[in-house]
Amino acid sequence: MTRALQILVPLAVGALALALWEISVHAFDVSPIVLPAPSGIWAAFKQHFAQLMGALWTTLRISVAAFVLAVIGGVALAVLFSQSRMIETALYPYAVILQVTPVVAIAPIVTIWIGYERIDLVLLLLAVIVAFFPILANTTLGLRSADHNLIDLFRLYGASRWQILWKLQLPTALPYLLGAMKVSGGLALIGVVVAEFAAGSGTATGLAWTITLATRELHIATAFAALALLSLLGIAIFFALTALEWALLHRWHESAVRKEV
Amino acid sequence: MLLQLSRITKTFANGVAALGPIDLGVARGEFVSLVGPSGCGKSTALRMIAGLISPSAGEIAFAQGRPEIGFVFQEPTLMPWATALENARLPLVLGGMARDEAEGRARAQLVKLGLSGFEGAYPRELSGGMKMRVSIARALAAQPQLLLLDEPFAALDEQTRGELNDDLIRLWRDHSLTVMFVTHSVSESAYLSTRVVVMSARPGRIVEDIALPHAPLPDPARRFAPEFSDVARRISASLQHGRGAR
Repeated sequence: MTRALQILVPLAVGALALALWEISVHAFDVSPIVLPAPSGIWAAFKQHFAQLMGALWTTLRISVAAFVLAVIGGVALAVLFSQSRMIETALYPYAVILQVTPVVAIAPIVTIWIGYERIDLVLLLLAVIVAFFPILANTTLGLRSADHNLIDLFRLYGASRWQILWKLQLPTALPYLLGAMKVSGGLALIGVVVAEFAAGSGTATGLAWTITLATRELHIATAFAALALLSLLGIAIFFALTALEWALLHRWHESAVRKEV
Repeated sequence: MLLQLSRITKTFANGVAALGPIDLGVARGEFVSLVGPSGCGKSTALRMIAGLISPSAGEIAFAQGRPEIGFVFQEPTLMPWATALENARLPLVLGGMARDEAEGRARAQLVKLGLSGFEGAYPRELSGGMKMRVSIARALAAQPQLLLLDEPFAALDEQTRGELNDDLIRLWRDHSLTVMFVTHSVSESAYLSTRVVVMSARPGRIVEDIALPHAPLPDPARRFAPEFSDVARRISASLQHGRGAR
């Protein structure tokens, strides 16, 4: 399949689905409170443009910050684990506990601790908790996956721990980290949205709150517009991280080898 | 003598006696092949000489302090994220040499191994034989006195293997290296070496220490000479003896 087709085919499917949706809503006379037509959603989008963009910016800002903190924290802790089995044994169970506890369940408590007046900080913290674990788990695995013969070779030439970490273990872990980043990028966004729903107060101003407010007031078209923006944001994050992965790996990694058929 | 192994044994943590006791002295400029069945501890012996593992008992002594050692593994063992040049200069960079000087020396070794023009290639762009050449260039970059090779050509096709055999003989002569070469190929050991040490099955002991009558030459026609088959037959018989001696 050519590259153009790979893009055109899914786009055509989307356009067809939207057309069917539009026609069905008019043909069966569906109430806009149940299901607004795409044209109605577009109208709502234009009408509430400023508000929606503000909400998008809030969600984007917090998601990206949470993601960056999760990557920095996850890699730092993984490096610490790789240097000391003792630290890993001591801390890893707690990282797992943090991971398996549903964010919805801890959101109200964290909100009370930090306070409604600093709701952005609440969302940031909760999203970091959600996005953190894949980075930690995969980077830890990657740092431990260095070729044993290469480790021997480094030792033979008197490499320091630091040189083994920097020149051997971190490059080995890079594909693992980039794979985890694609997962965590999506999770950071989900984390922000879930946390905003769970915190459930008027002080939050992101897309999740926009959806909550719009559905309460039966502005379903506005809710759909916010939902579409969330999807687009998720897609943009995924593509940005895929591009990053390609840029860093395509010269040398097997995953990037294009097979000649 | 460059190095002397005295009463060396190795018993692994699971209780398996892998090696020894063996006594073996290697003089400067020798090309010594260690031949033996799989699992006879010949690779273990090589790793102990390199200092990567320590013997359970016995002593490894170097005549004039530990020499600079080059090591070539069974696999090319290259860093996939690094180019041929970056791989070849690794020992020098780890030793703290300035980047320009390290690069110059590594480049010279790559050229010597017939890899000029491939300095910027990544391992996945190279054939198995070329990867092994990068691996040898890397081992030579630090200008070792002692070169240890652990079945380096086992995974290569016969033609590539023959070419690398000849290259190795040339490198040994030109650099006045001391080489220890682990293999389980009788003909390879007979072609390459000044001396063949035949080992028995586990725990590996030295069955016979054979000094070859002719100095190795990079001349493939030699493989068909009658004196070559005589040597090969003698190594073969010794291997058989080592298997039966358990």
